[in-house]
Amino acid sequence: MEIIVCVKQVPDTTEVKIDPVTNTLIRQGVPSIVNPFDKNAIEAALQLKEAYGGKVTVLSMGPPQAKDALKECLAMGADAAILISDRAFGGSDTLATSYTLAAAIRKLGAYDIILYGKQAIDGDTAQVGPETAEHLGIAQVTYASKIEVTDSLATIEREHEEGYEVIEVKLPAVVTIIKTLNYEPRYPTVKGTMKANRAEIPVWTAADLTVKAERLGLTGSPTQVRKIFTPPRRVQGVLIQKDTAREAVADLLQRLSDAKIV
Amino acid sequence: MAVLVTKECIGCGACEPVCPFGAIEMKDGKADITVACTQCGACIEVCPVGAIIREEEAKVELAIDKSAYKDVWVYIEVVEGKPKNVGLELLGEGRKLADAMGVKLAGVLIGDKVEGLSKDVFAAGADAVYLVEAPELAHYSTDGYTATFTDLIKTYKPSVILLGATNDGRDLGPRVACRVGTGLTADCTGLGIDEATGLVAWTRPAFGGNIMATILCPEHRPQMGTVRPSVFKRPEPDYSKKGEIIRVASKVKAADIRTKLVEIVRVCTVACNLEEAEIIVSGGRGLGKPENFCYIEDLATVLGGAVGASRAAVDAGWKPHMHQVGQTGKTVGPKIYFACGISGAIQHLAGMSSSDIIIAVNKDPDAPIFKMADYGIVGDLTEVLPILTEEFKKIKAG
Repeated sequence: MEIIVCVKQVPDTTEVKIDPVTNTLIRQGVPSIVNPFDKNAIEAALQLKEAYGGKVTVLSMGPPQAKDALKECLAMGADAAILISDRAFGGSDTLATSYTLAAAIRKLGAYDIILYGKQAIDGDTAQVGPETAEHLGIAQVTYASKIEVTDSLATIEREHEEGYEVIEVKLPAVVTIIKTLNYEPRYPTVKGTMKANRAEIPVWTAADLTVKAERLGLTGSPTQVRKIFTPPRRVQGVLIQKDTAREAVADLLQRLSDAKIV
Repeated sequence: MAVLVTKECIGCGACEPVCPFGAIEMKDGKADITVACTQCGACIEVCPVGAIIREEEAKVELAIDKSAYKDVWVYIEVVEGKPKNVGLELLGEGRKLADAMGVKLAGVLIGDKVEGLSKDVFAAGADAVYLVEAPELAHYSTDGYTATFTDLIKTYKPSVILLGATNDGRDLGPRVACRVGTGLTADCTGLGIDEATGLVAWTRPAFGGNIMATILCPEHRPQMGTVRPSVFKRPEPDYSKKGEIIRVASKVKAADIRTKLVEIVRVCTVACNLEEAEIIVSGGRGLGKPENFCYIEDLATVLGGAVGASRAAVDAGWKPHMHQVGQTGKTVGPKIYFACGISGAIQHLAGMSSSDIIIAVNKDPDAPIFKMADYGIVGDLTEVLPILTEEFKKIKAG
């Protein structure tokens, strides 16, 4: 089974802070990590390989330092990794990113399944997986928590708001993976880490792909960021501090009643 | 457009830390803008010498006659024969956009035997309904719905399309946007018209809710966006309103749909219908142990509300993801939101800050959640919550 996983290197957004004086993002000291949902996708890929044999290839589009993210995936057990990096890709929105990734996937050749994390924690768009599927003209199943394959038919549990659906799809397909106990990412082994450190990661530039220049990067991106600002804050209300819980609750209820909320 | 550093740069480094994308590096005593730049312009504003500029690039001529694209459309997601709230919420917002643009507002209804829902769409403010009915479309499928939606766009050319950022909406939106070759802004929490251009200004949280970005789609049509549920209020239905039903024949054949829905498993009870709940009681790591969620559930039951959980509580395995409120969970907008033992991480706030009233209970008086709560009680949850439950029981009985 040929398995491709697309991953993104992201700033750890849980470590990002806002400067209270300037009201801007403080990025210093914020580590770059493999997008957490993508690690669930890597785990799913490794489990598929263990069950059905084959090869796991990891792709990432990003700046040169995204190699670190790819090395982490190799350390977890992926067989090969390729970085897609070129100044021409800078400023890509989801449409241009998925266009570029689809071109790289075509260059890789045959595949059975392409996995993504459900979304990246910096942009949270959840669009690149489905848009890649569209560029490649193949089926997609999003928000998957479990994948089983018989011959070339995948049976997938797909999360929805009230529970889950069981969906069958003939491969090849794009599947996006949620955070789930089924695919709790494994830790890299020492041996895997050493191997990953030695690995040479090929870099594909725009010249290596069959792409139209006007569909890359900023030029190929229909959406543009007009402005960035920090979210408006709600105003702090009353803080009730009493000697006993009963007094505190009584005080709250009085206030709610005065404000005609209860 | 491209953001450039001119030779006036004095190398002060003021721009470097303000870049949300880490795209500025100091190189040879000058600022250097790297490929990570998204042209947001945050650096332009802070440069003390005006050495960072935005340069207009030669526009790529697109074969799009933008003037041919007119109306505002809202996708009405149907689940078990009923329109999801988010579709109706978006009709309220869509009405404002359509009025500002001087165009019509239409709902898009796709399914099997869904014509009867048109009255709800008109009651929420739509002038028209595009109706596509076929047995193959009885349930959502990526292929069936994408083909149908794309066909409608190509024929009727809307200028703006709003979809709910539900799991199905986020599955359908990118597929449709990609097929018609346009932009899609995900998970918006604010909509408006950009004064300078007349374009829809799509505002959304990014970086885990730490920043907001306003996005435009200048040269492509339609302008598309998914909008988070419960951010906007559903308009009061006015069933005296009537509209035009535009029935369009489905071209989808069963063989076009490459996925097969084998089974739908609904594990959700009232307690996890967070998007439509008027009262939500949420618990976090401050509960100390999973068993203590009983205090949350008891209060929710008495109030007829839903049960939410913070990411920390979900990550710890105390509650399934379905209950998670926040940037990577559900967005909620109840009348009253109880945050119990939740510290108030920004990614949680991104999911519940549009609640009318926020009541926080936490033993740490410095918890960030108190900074945004309307009412905060500093105290032990295992003491406060049972008393609160008991008192609400009395109020209900009385």
